[in-house]
Amino acid sequence: MPLVTEKNPMPSQDAAVRRKNFNEVALGYSEEAALAEAARCIQCAKPNCQKGCPVEVPIKEFISLVQKKDFAGAISKIKEKNNLPAICGRVCPQESQCEKYCNIGKKAEPVGIGRLERFAADWELAQGVKAPEIEASTGKKVAVIGAGPAGLTCAADLAKMGHQVTVFEALHVAGGVLMYGIPEFRLPKRIVQTEIDTIRKMGVDIQVNAVVGKVTSVDELMEQGYDAVFIGTGAGLPYFMNIPGENLIGVYSANEFLTRTNLMKAYDFPNNATPINVGRRVAVIGAGNVAMDGARTALRLGAEESYIVYRRSAEEMPARHEEVEHAEEEGVIFKLLTSPIEFHGDDQGRVVGMTCVRFELGEPDASGRRSPVRIPGSEFYMEIDTVVMAIGQGPNPLVLRTTPGLELNRRGNIVADEETGATSKPGVFAGGDIVTGAATVILAMGAGKKAARAIDEYLKQK
Amino acid sequence: MYRILTKKIFSPTIKLFEIEAPMVAAKAQAGQFIILRVNEQGERIPLTIADYNRERGTITVIFQEAGATTQELGCLETGEGVLDFVGPLGVPSEIENYGRVVCVGGGIGVAPVHPIARALKEAGNEVISIIGARTKELLFWEEEMRAVSSELLVSTDDGSYSHKGFVTDLLKQVIEERGNVSHVWGIGPLPMMRAVARTTQPYEIKTIVSMNPIMVDGTGMCGACRVSVGNETKFACVDGPEFDGHLVDWDLATRRLAMFKDKEQQALAARSCGCGGGCGCH
Repeated sequence: MPLVTEKNPMPSQDAAVRRKNFNEVALGYSEEAALAEAARCIQCAKPNCQKGCPVEVPIKEFISLVQKKDFAGAISKIKEKNNLPAICGRVCPQESQCEKYCNIGKKAEPVGIGRLERFAADWELAQGVKAPEIEASTGKKVAVIGAGPAGLTCAADLAKMGHQVTVFEALHVAGGVLMYGIPEFRLPKRIVQTEIDTIRKMGVDIQVNAVVGKVTSVDELMEQGYDAVFIGTGAGLPYFMNIPGENLIGVYSANEFLTRTNLMKAYDFPNNATPINVGRRVAVIGAGNVAMDGARTALRLGAEESYIVYRRSAEEMPARHEEVEHAEEEGVIFKLLTSPIEFHGDDQGRVVGMTCVRFELGEPDASGRRSPVRIPGSEFYMEIDTVVMAIGQGPNPLVLRTTPGLELNRRGNIVADEETGATSKPGVFAGGDIVTGAATVILAMGAGKKAARAIDEYLKQK
Repeated sequence: MYRILTKKIFSPTIKLFEIEAPMVAAKAQAGQFIILRVNEQGERIPLTIADYNRERGTITVIFQEAGATTQELGCLETGEGVLDFVGPLGVPSEIENYGRVVCVGGGIGVAPVHPIARALKEAGNEVISIIGARTKELLFWEEEMRAVSSELLVSTDDGSYSHKGFVTDLLKQVIEERGNVSHVWGIGPLPMMRAVARTTQPYEIKTIVSMNPIMVDGTGMCGACRVSVGNETKFACVDGPEFDGHLVDWDLATRRLAMFKDKEQQALAARSCGCGGGCGCH
């Protein structure tokens, strides 16, 4: 069979149309496209793709089932390892994971593994999702703190092993960043909801509106009879730059901007009661995925111009290539090697502009990235009326402050064993952004999976 | 759902709910707040805890109908409930035996001052409480405040009841006549808290205010509630809501509170039941 060098394209909404709506951008494969893409997989004798997947999805096997049109078999195969496939198929950076290791990728575009995973998951969602089988009850109780990707994965895996799991979530819905952070146009919330409902059907009790650190503590949970605790509270503390004018009206953290829009559905105000104000010219500071989400959200909320302002160059941008491309297609304007040093307001305290400086790249720093060096005398003024700070997030301290005996590192993240998630406190495990700092959904899920395995071992020995 | 066990109507716009929330009630302390959401389309709004009952597993909140959400809340009846109710949030008041303290509650601020006065009195303080409202019919919990205070003074702006004038007049009088005031708590609308801080500043009396900025999550993840205290940015939901009133940037707080004024008007127009006041719910 001749090698098809390119991935079958994923149909998507036209950029001119989608920049004004919150509907999903990528529309997913038809059955025909999925079969054509699956046919590109040569079923290697020695596949490498699986080792690029943090949750160890049997990729070769599931694609083989897609090839045979056994979609039910394909999704069951995926779900042996991955509890949230419709989400992963959409938001994983496959180019640096499974698809990076695809053998086809050496000569041509790799097989569209993410697109096929999404196809199989969406196929099942359309049929109605059944909860997977769980093992007989072990009588052990585990508390999971935080219902983001790490916590949900850990909870689902523990439930499969027969443990009784309760998840404590501070917000009024489960999902963490999947609900408040990643926009509807990349990850529809009804899909997150369906995947979470499946985890509930597995017997996992998810308690929302429960702020651990306030309503209870890790030690109290242990006293109440939980045999182990998993902390997956993420990186939810927004950083600001600490420059003048940052508290002016119109300056948001990306967390606030995205939470209002995604979780509270401010784009549908006043049908939904939460307001948001977006001006004509929006500057998003930063160039990670969160920044791209912010800049693209601003356009959809009615901004005429949306800027990404970043102090390094295009090469160093931490966002996924695909997200940058989507942002460009939608008209986001990139101001690189640039950073604000002060925001200016009017007599009402509303932000009206910012003074920026330009940078050039110097020598590579310890992280290997060339560090930006400020160009003297390069100050210039930029008129803007909304600012979104997307320069990163740190660990939220609510749980950490109330958990004595938990070792933290310099940045305030929990110190945990990379393979097991074990912390300095016996019976307490941790994983995801609370350990690594802000990273990706799939890495958090991988950590949740490893911790579930380690917790199971721990409970067997207990 | 979190059920409303008791509803009291103090005035056409000021209402009390006792809400069933055992987990919150078990941990609530003076100075803390909750966040609630009325229904699926609702926004999250913070309300300070006015009282808690650990045995009944309830939290009492008092609110003034000031916009779409509080109006909608005010329409709920006993037996109905709110969809989400999370807490206790924020840092509790620092309660010690300070000696003589003054607790000032302006308008709706009487509610949050109540558990603080009670805790201070239980800790052995001489608690002089001052409460006030614009007019007599907006005044509530006079007896409840008397019960948790060593002494209670009352003012109305229009003189329709007790002292005519502002709570700050009475506060100045207490400071001048009694002396030895160790701490002042002042809670109410921003202009009132600012006036309390201004009143005590010349006497260098430690003055604690409870900031009421716009909040979204209430757990420190967004910074919507940021305030400037002693030129440092703080998140009121996790660092506060109580701060040193002499260090607060009041201009900034006032401006930030008005951030969504236009949207709030729009929401009110869109969501109000449109009865013009005849429906009996508000």
